[in-house]
Amino acid sequence: MLFEFSDEHGELRRTVRNFLEKDSDEKRVRELMASEQGYDPASWSRMAEELGIVGLIVSERHGGAGFGMVELAIVAEEMGRVLLCAPYLSSAVLATSALELAADEAAQNEILPKLASGEATGTLAFSEVASPWDLSAIAMAAESNGGAFQLSGEKTYVLDGCVASEIVVAARVDGELALFRVAGDASGLSREALPPLDPTRKLAALRFERTPAMRISSGDATRGLERALERAIVALTAEQLGGAQRVLDMATDYAKTRFQFGRPIGSFQVIKHQCADMLVEVEFARSAVYNAAFASEEDPKSASIAAWMAKSYCSEAYLDAANRNIQIHGGMGFTWEHSAHLFFKRAKASEVLFGSPSFYRERMAASLGFGAAQSRSR
Amino acid sequence: MTMNESELRKRTRKLLAEIDLDAAGDHRVAFRGAQFDCGLAWVSFPEGLGGLGLEPKLQTIVHDELHKGAKTYYEDMLVNPIGIGMGAPVVLAYGKEDGKRELLRRIFTGEDIWCQLFSEPSAGSDVAGLATRAVRDGDAWVVNGQKSWTTLAHVSKWGLLVVRTDPNVPKHDGLSYFMLDMHAPGVEVRPLYQITGEAEFNEVFLNDVRIPHEHMLGEEGQGWRVAIATLMSERVALGGGASRKGGGPIAVLLDLLENVEVQRSAAEDALLRDRVAKLYIESELLRLTGIRAKAVRQSNTPGPEGSVGKLAQAEIAQAIWQCCSDVLGPDTLVYEHGYELRQGRTSASNNRLSAKYNLLRSRAYSIEGGTSEIMRNILGERVLGLPGEPRVDKDIPWKEVPRS
Ligand SMILES: Cc1cc2nc3c(=O)[nH]c(=O)nc-3n(C[C@H](O)[C@H](O)[C@H](O)COP(=O)(O)OP(=O)(O)OC[C@H]3O[C@@H](n4cnc5c(N)ncnc54)[C@H](O)[C@@H]3O)c2cc1C
Repeated sequence: MLFEFSDEHGELRRTVRNFLEKDSDEKRVRELMASEQGYDPASWSRMAEELGIVGLIVSERHGGAGFGMVELAIVAEEMGRVLLCAPYLSSAVLATSALELAADEAAQNEILPKLASGEATGTLAFSEVASPWDLSAIAMAAESNGGAFQLSGEKTYVLDGCVASEIVVAARVDGELALFRVAGDASGLSREALPPLDPTRKLAALRFERTPAMRISSGDATRGLERALERAIVALTAEQLGGAQRVLDMATDYAKTRFQFGRPIGSFQVIKHQCADMLVEVEFARSAVYNAAFASEEDPKSASIAAWMAKSYCSEAYLDAANRNIQIHGGMGFTWEHSAHLFFKRAKASEVLFGSPSFYRERMAASLGFGAAQSRSR
Repeated sequence: MTMNESELRKRTRKLLAEIDLDAAGDHRVAFRGAQFDCGLAWVSFPEGLGGLGLEPKLQTIVHDELHKGAKTYYEDMLVNPIGIGMGAPVVLAYGKEDGKRELLRRIFTGEDIWCQLFSEPSAGSDVAGLATRAVRDGDAWVVNGQKSWTTLAHVSKWGLLVVRTDPNVPKHDGLSYFMLDMHAPGVEVRPLYQITGEAEFNEVFLNDVRIPHEHMLGEEGQGWRVAIATLMSERVALGGGASRKGGGPIAVLLDLLENVEVQRSAAEDALLRDRVAKLYIESELLRLTGIRAKAVRQSNTPGPEGSVGKLAQAEIAQAIWQCCSDVLGPDTLVYEHGYELRQGRTSASNNRLSAKYNLLRSRAYSIEGGTSEIMRNILGERVLGLPGEPRVDKDIPWKEVPRS
């Protein structure tokens, strides 16, 4: 694999970066993270209309740009770099992918164009508190009421769950996983904002009480949802990479300009070496993310393993880099007014979201059969 | 005076019998005042100044008895962390004789909170490079400059202040040390918010503040010696470890491991148990190392070896709070305490046991009171005697040192 990015890829990255540097500078991030809805609808529309990145991975027949994971990784990396506050992961990646990969044609025709155009935002509500990242643990069962369905129960850690108008819910019908469409303002739905560790990404708990829901998938949706989650994981790791690179840049710049003992602190080997270690981590993270993005075009098993590798590596690399960035900034890095803590909180929450590093290492090890011969012979 | 362990225990119990800490009402000042008066505040301090002239390690006996004898027990580090951790040893060693007793007593009771005005925006690790100026004017000094990260300045009566009295000599030689009345005209305290949204620390602006000459601690130009003594006390205060076996942060981790309901695979479970066990061992060794250090410490001002505990404490506690969040798993995503900006400590920080709060707060452990990098330099150079880094700032006048 050569990780070849085309000129168009370079152009895409530049366009997105230019836009975000203006539209998502630190001041804006702080305003939005303190706001209830957590994003700026006007900016979201421009991302949809002028940049065409909201419908980036929506297929062309559904009004999107029809791009794949490589382009998504580029865009998500740029978003992670600036801690963009927007429902991108929830709507443009997770809900979009669930619909593309697991919903029936009619629902796709109906919902995807609205998500792609930015007219509506969506989210996927799948996590339940007992075991949030495990699709097989989903217990919510839909009740059918003469052809119409109703949902009761609770979903949690729903990304941007309070603002989404299109909620795609994963629940069971006769034991099989199915997708349902629930309107944000549906009767019997109450949405509670959860105070997030990472204030730049909003979370909600959704309570359903005989909430009317339309079934939008046929057959078992498990495999489609798994693939949708995998896409979200790859996008998340690209964000992590962007964030890690950014904190490395911040730390390095600071180490060059901050003087103590009559010299720049970057001239102390311990600081220099920390920056160097971060660089190695960031480069490994980059390999992991690009590998996962390109692997998504290959066979499903390599794609899954690449995504899991990336999630476990990038989570730890970003958190470590964010920690070191605080440390290198000294007391300054611990203050609210400096942005180091925002990256730390994003890094920590991203590490937890969708499953911990050891969770994914274990899946990979099991899938590759590490030590399997030993345990068989025992 | 010599006093053996059992006499010390008896004296402590007598104190407990006189004032019932657990009775309704706030007995902090009365009790701690009485504790000071009978020499049990700091047993190693001289008689009359809160002590009995005993070895420092015997203080553990007093704490032991107090813990056993009363449910309500005021931890020194909660009553007046900087006053007790740093102010008292400095006042004892350098304070003027008259007034010393009253100062020490009010430190111990918590009636006067103290803060430490060392760091400045451009001088943290290199605190000896600080720029706040003091100029002599008759029998007073006029101070101008800015201090930063000043914990508790907003509630303090006194500040431990280091200033530059001579910019024309190498940096260590031009410093002097004062106790500053925080209510004096020209002292302005502004909150500085931190990662949790609280402001434990502040920026302190000093504009033409007049300090009487008799508030100088040590001699003019000797400020660095006094400052070093303060910093070493601070490190010992920060690096002491838990007071009981299995206490402190590790207790929270064990409790979470026992009680948090999350589904984990057998593999994840085994991994976590191993990490917790390792952290348990390290916590215990930190505590024991603290006890050993106390046992050999002869004087009231500790030496550079205090950095062992400070360095280890920071890393172990950070690892424990990180591990706590791994035990909490997905629930880590939710931060119930919220990030409302507010001055002082919040209920989250006051209960001290919130794993989520401490995940954030613990980032400072390796920065406050001297960074872990500086601790390693001290251990390498001052304890192990390794050669120092080439220095560009040592032998030239302070005003010629390059800065950002
Ligand atoms: C919560 C908190 C409370 C505090 N309370 C107080 C207080 O009450 N009073 C007070 O006076 N101060 C206080 N401080 C300040 C604290 O002492 C300083 O933040 C600390 O000493 C570091 O200084 P700095 O922030 O300027 O970082 P810098 O000194 O600028 O350090 C930046 C980075 O460079 C590294 N570095 C610097 N010099 C060297 C070197 N020679 N070799 C290797 N690495 C080096 C540091 O380790 C750090 O990683 C507090 C800080 C915090 C975070």
